[in-house]
Amino acid sequence: MSDSKGKVELIVNGKRMDGRSADDLRDVKIQVGIINEADGSAYVEWGGNKIVCGIYGPRECIPRHGASPYHALIKCRYMMSPFSSLEEHSRSGPSRRSNELSKVIREVFENLIIAEKFPNTQIDIFIDVLQADGGTRTASITAAAVALANAGIPMKDMVSAVAVGKAGDMLALDLNKLEDNFGKSDMPLAISNRDKKILLVQMDGLLTKEEVMEMVDMVEKGCEKVHHIQTEALKRFYQDGNEKVKW
Amino acid sequence: MGEEVKDVIMSHIRRDIMNGTLSTGIRFDGRKFDEYRPIEIQRSVIKTAEGSAVARIGETQVLVAAKFDVVKPFADRPKEGVMITNAELLPMASPGFEPGPPDENSIEMARVVDRALRSAECVDVSSFFIDDDKVLGLYLDIYVLNHAGNYTDAATLAAIATLMDTQMPKIENGKIVRGEFTGPLNPTSLPVTTTMVKVGENWLVDPSRDEERVLETALTIGTTEEHVCAMQKGRGSLSKEELFDAMEIAFKRGDDIRKLLKE
Repeated sequence: MSDSKGKVELIVNGKRMDGRSADDLRDVKIQVGIINEADGSAYVEWGGNKIVCGIYGPRECIPRHGASPYHALIKCRYMMSPFSSLEEHSRSGPSRRSNELSKVIREVFENLIIAEKFPNTQIDIFIDVLQADGGTRTASITAAAVALANAGIPMKDMVSAVAVGKAGDMLALDLNKLEDNFGKSDMPLAISNRDKKILLVQMDGLLTKEEVMEMVDMVEKGCEKVHHIQTEALKRFYQDGNEKVKW
Repeated sequence: MGEEVKDVIMSHIRRDIMNGTLSTGIRFDGRKFDEYRPIEIQRSVIKTAEGSAVARIGETQVLVAAKFDVVKPFADRPKEGVMITNAELLPMASPGFEPGPPDENSIEMARVVDRALRSAECVDVSSFFIDDDKVLGLYLDIYVLNHAGNYTDAATLAAIATLMDTQMPKIENGKIVRGEFTGPLNPTSLPVTTTMVKVGENWLVDPSRDEERVLETALTIGTTEEHVCAMQKGRGSLSKEELFDAMEIAFKRGDDIRKLLKE
């Protein structure tokens, strides 16, 4: 998230570096069913982010003694590839950051998946970030929601996620990598589409209460746009069938 | 599996009883919904560290110690020192904690505390510069000694109390002279976190272990005097109105705790 302060001019003439205005999303493209071995899958291109998500399950819980006789266990593994950032080749495998993100993403879907239907099983959500450009956790949640629907996992609601932050002194929706690195604050949110419940909220930087309130409203509107893209992607898949991924 | 059955059945019974009690407006331990357990801070408990403090919230006890080392700066910030926060949920502190490398709960807690401190800019890491390729690294180690609920708030409290207690080490020829100091670190703001959980329809500040077992939603909000400096939702969901109300409470309780810190 953000740490360095305003060394880069993030706002020029009221526009952001990539020409967007405050409440514009980057281009979001979603494709469904791209991994035929998985029970469900999705690929999301969100600005410069490229993220794949595969779902397995409900399947036998491993280790078996970890299983619950009451509900399916939901497991999530979020991982960044070592080649996903412009900086040096990072160490592959889990990091403290990815551990935390796996947990908060899992907690989003624990609210949605009707896990009581599948006692003694587990449902795996695998997320791999191939190319990162800021806002990977929100793009991952958006992808996972579509992939879970594609896997036929019963859910109470759908979810969309968008981050909002402060680029320079302007509240700005869907920060890209530069805005995130040099901006003053970052607040990712995931909101369920029907109930409008907040399923993920994290935040860093300094914000007043009024700013937070305005930012939540911005995300709500952004999530509606993302939700539309999600449903269109699912419709396309079930009407026209599989399309080959253009990486 | 035995553990799981016990947890599920017990938590259903507990939840029913607890909701009954809460509907009369009080909690099991007699507190109001927005009331913390008694808070106590003890400083300078570890003489081998440059700063330390134990925070108690009720029976929950968390120790934080600050140690300095000379380290290499991060490549993108060659003129700045570093601050690294790590948390240990000691196996002795709770029947639920197991030995082994940090699990997701301790990582998450350490990162939430770190975000609150970092966002509040309470430590001026540019003052940690020594020489080219040499800066001070400040290690904040969080030790949860007894987990009777809400270790996150106790950890943030112990961490900021530790920073207030920390002495800057004397540097000679690019090395730390142990045991000699040049003055206090003086954190420039006082970030504090306030954790709230939803049980039934009620939001409870500073959850006890019992309340944590039955919670539906958990939310931690970090505040300074004027700003929100961190947020983290744990399990469950909430509406935006609930989020806004929670911020209000976090500022109020945060100010109470800041008063305690200044005593």
